[in-house]
This record gives sequence, C-alpha cells and structure tokens, in this order.
Amino acid sequence: MKNYGVFDILGPVMIGPSSSHTAGAARLAKMASTISGEGIEKVEFILHGSFAKTYKGHGTDRALVGGILGMDPWDIRIRNSFSHAQDQKLEYSFIEGDLGDVHPNTIKFRIFKESGRIVEISGSSIGGGSIRIYEVDGQPVELNGEYPTLIISYKDQPGMLSKISTVLYQSEINIAFLKVFRNIRGEKAVMVCETDSGCGRSIRQRIRDLGDIYSVKEIRPLKEGEENVC
Amino acid sequence: MFVNTGKELIEACSKENISISEYTIRTQIDTEGSNREVVINKMRNNLKVMKDSAEYALKNSVKSVSGLIGGQAKTLYDYSLNEKTLTGEFMVRAMARALSCSEVNAAMGRIVAAPTAGSCGILPAVIISAAEKLEKNDEEMINALFTASGVGIIIAKNATLSGAEGGCQAECGSAAAMAAAAVIEMMGGTPEMALHGAAIVIKNILGLVCDPVAGLVEIPCAKRNLAGAVNALSTVDLVMSGVTSFIPFDDVVSAMYKVGKSLPCELRETALGGIATTETGILLKNKVL
Repeated sequence: MKNYGVFDILGPVMIGPSSSHTAGAARLAKMASTISGEGIEKVEFILHGSFAKTYKGHGTDRALVGGILGMDPWDIRIRNSFSHAQDQKLEYSFIEGDLGDVHPNTIKFRIFKESGRIVEISGSSIGGGSIRIYEVDGQPVELNGEYPTLIISYKDQPGMLSKISTVLYQSEINIAFLKVFRNIRGEKAVMVCETDSGCGRSIRQRIRDLGDIYSVKEIRPLKEGEENVC
Repeated sequence: MFVNTGKELIEACSKENISISEYTIRTQIDTEGSNREVVINKMRNNLKVMKDSAEYALKNSVKSVSGLIGGQAKTLYDYSLNEKTLTGEFMVRAMARALSCSEVNAAMGRIVAAPTAGSCGILPAVIISAAEKLEKNDEEMINALFTASGVGIIIAKNATLSGAEGGCQAECGSAAAMAAAAVIEMMGGTPEMALHGAAIVIKNILGLVCDPVAGLVEIPCAKRNLAGAVNALSTVDLVMSGVTSFIPFDDVVSAMYKVGKSLPCELRETALGGIATTETGILLKNKVL
C-alpha cells in the first residue's frame, strides 16, 4: 500500500486548471530549463498524446513557456508567460508529435542555446503535478524532482563517486537516492543525486573544485517554496 | 506511518483519545521529521490560497481560458444578496464559493489541489462557509483541513483520487467526503461520526462519471463542485442529528474503487462519453479546440 502525506492530498498550490496539464507542464519545463542551463534562445515543444490534443485549453502552452523562464507551478505570471517570453526574447514553437509508446502526457524539449548547442530533454507528467524526466540528450535518466536533486556531469573514471559523496558527507547532506549513467567508458558520466536537504551554492562550488567536473546543477523540489507563495 | 483503514483510524484516535485532525497532524510531523509549527504553517498557506480562490470570482466576473465558463459564481452570489433564496443564504453562499474556486482554476488563477485541481472548490466552500456560520477561527479551519486530509489519505490508500482512474466520484466524491468529515469534527462530532459522514457522501454520488467537454476542467466540473459542496453540507446535518451510515466507510471506499475500475475508459476523463459527446458537447468542443 502506497504511503501518502498530508500535502500529497491537499496540494500543490498551483495555477489552474489541471495538475497534470498545467502544474506538471510548468514543472517539466522548469526542470528542462535548469538541466540545459542559462542562455536559452529558442525552444521547440514537441507534444505527445493528451498534451498535443488539449494543450491550448489547459494552458499547457503558457505553463511550458513559464517553466522555461524559471516560473514555478504556483507563479501567477504563468498566465501571461507569452508576453514575458517576448520581453526576454525567448522564441518558442509548439509541435504536435508522436513520441512512441510513452505516457499520454509526454513532451520532448528541443532547446537551442546561444552557444549553438542543442539540448534534448524528454519527460512525462504522470498525475497530480508529479513528473518524470526520462531522457537527456539521448541518455536515459530518471528524475522526479521530489527531492532536492543534484545533477553532476563529470569525466568517467574511478573514484569520482567517492570524492563527490565525501563532499556531501562533510557538509552533512544525506543522500536519499543515487544513480549514475554513462554512454561510453571514460567519457562523460552523469550522476543524479537526490538528497534530504538542498546543497546551495558553496557546496556546489566545492564539487566543481574537485576537478574533471563538467557541470553541477541543483533542482529544487516542487513543494519547496510553497510556504512562501503568499 | 498513517493507518491504512478507517477502522484503524477510529481505533488509533480512541486509543489516544484524540481527534482525526490531531492524529493526522502528529503523523505528519513524524513523517516529515519536522515540528508542529512547520506543519501547521504549511496548512495555513493552503487555507490562505483557498480563501482567496473562494472569494475572488464572487466579486469579479472571470472567464476561463477557453471561454466556455466564467461569471456564474458572481451571478449566484449577487442572487444571494438581492433575492430571497430557497435554500437560504448559507447554502447559496457555499455553492457560490465552490463555483468561484472552479472558475479561478479554469481561468489559470491560483488554487490548492484538494485533492485535485478539478475538485478544488468543494473543500474551501464547505470549510469556509461552515466556519463563518459556526464562528470558528483560522486555527479551527486549519484543524478541519487536517481532518479532511486524514480521510483523503485513507481513500488514496484504498481507492483512488483521480478522475482518470475512478471517475468523478473519485475526485469530487472524495473531496466532498473529506469536507463532510472535517465539518462534523469541527462541530464536535467523533471520529466515528466523521467517517459515517464520509461514507454517506460517497454513497450519494457513487458511480458519477468523469466526462469533461473538450477534455477541459470546466463543463460539467464547476457545477459538480457546487453539487459536491451541497452533498457534504447536507450530510453534516444528517450525521449531527444522530443518523449513521448502514454501510461502513471502508466498505464504501472499496465499492467506490471497484465501481471506478469497472467504468469504461470513455467515462474516465477521456472526453469520449457522457456530457462530452452530447450534440452540444461536441459543438462546444469544436468551438474552443
């Protein structure tokens, strides 16, 4: 039997109308934006299934653009996210597509960066505002944003896991879940580390200082910050 | 960990001689590893958002994103101010509040999913209206929200709160059951009475399908929030008079789950049946999509 907390039942605080099509969409986009990093010029939103059929009426489109701009699912600016995008010179387009045998509410983000780099991120809104990012640049991952999540990309070599976890241990940060992924031995590996408490800037910098670290990103959980919405 | 059934919930409360809200608060503190103040303040924030969304569309004529609904909450509220109503100012005000939340939601305003966005009007309408009438303060309303979530946890564990899985009975039905239990406790009813209320509410709408026009959370969702609030409030009086549910809460929840599972997928949020595929439903869909 699955366990539920009080705020799984009452919550999230969100911009309507649909937890899966609006709140979940904003959250997916915010996560995609965080993963790809600053300097986003243009985004193609490739919508699958129910997302593709009902995105206008559910405000999925505005939620997605808001999320890319860093808005949280409870941010009232989501309603006018298109004009915010114009102000910030963000280009976007919505494309109805078929992403295969996936959840009905699935999206692929194709993110074009100032640097010329293109980042592709796929994820699903799995109900109640919960999400799952399952692919980043062709690499399978598993991210749900329930916990503060560190995404660390580094050179695949012995000892990296031990060095990073030592920094976390010294900072008294408890690792709740940990996964590592890589495509080719000795090249780029990605560690997804969900923790009980967030890290913050200085700890992220200590990890960067370890050497052979390509990037360190942190994603805050959806529910965090809700006590500050009013 | 939170108990698994209504029966266990009543036992746990009676063992400690506490209410459902107190049991729920204590369990949440343990689960989070936080303290009472943190947990209460999170709920205080929920209450604030609920109050705003229950109030806004009474005074402002809002329009949903699709343009299908909006303005009905204000119409009803104005009627309660200007006309002699049949069911009384209290009931009509509660109905208008439920509509208000649903309209705010459909217009991309801020709401609390309670337990879902589609059913976000019932709990605020019932709790706020009851508290107003019974002269209860914010702390007592916050307690009521904990009672409601305690009952919701049991339903989520044994059935579902999702329209896609169990139809509207699982969304609006659960919301109304949670709301009735909360007000019964607010009025001094026992945990057992609260669950009698929750059981009766669900029985009253068992089998209700989820058939949104154009797949949007608008028609018939907003009015079903209103109906859910009325169902909850009338059941509170029934239970406070001493009437009980012949079928216990746990049995009713299990029946609701089975009924939900046996609904064809056309009637579970896919917009492929019911109101959604009526002649007018299809016309409206073609207009907005």
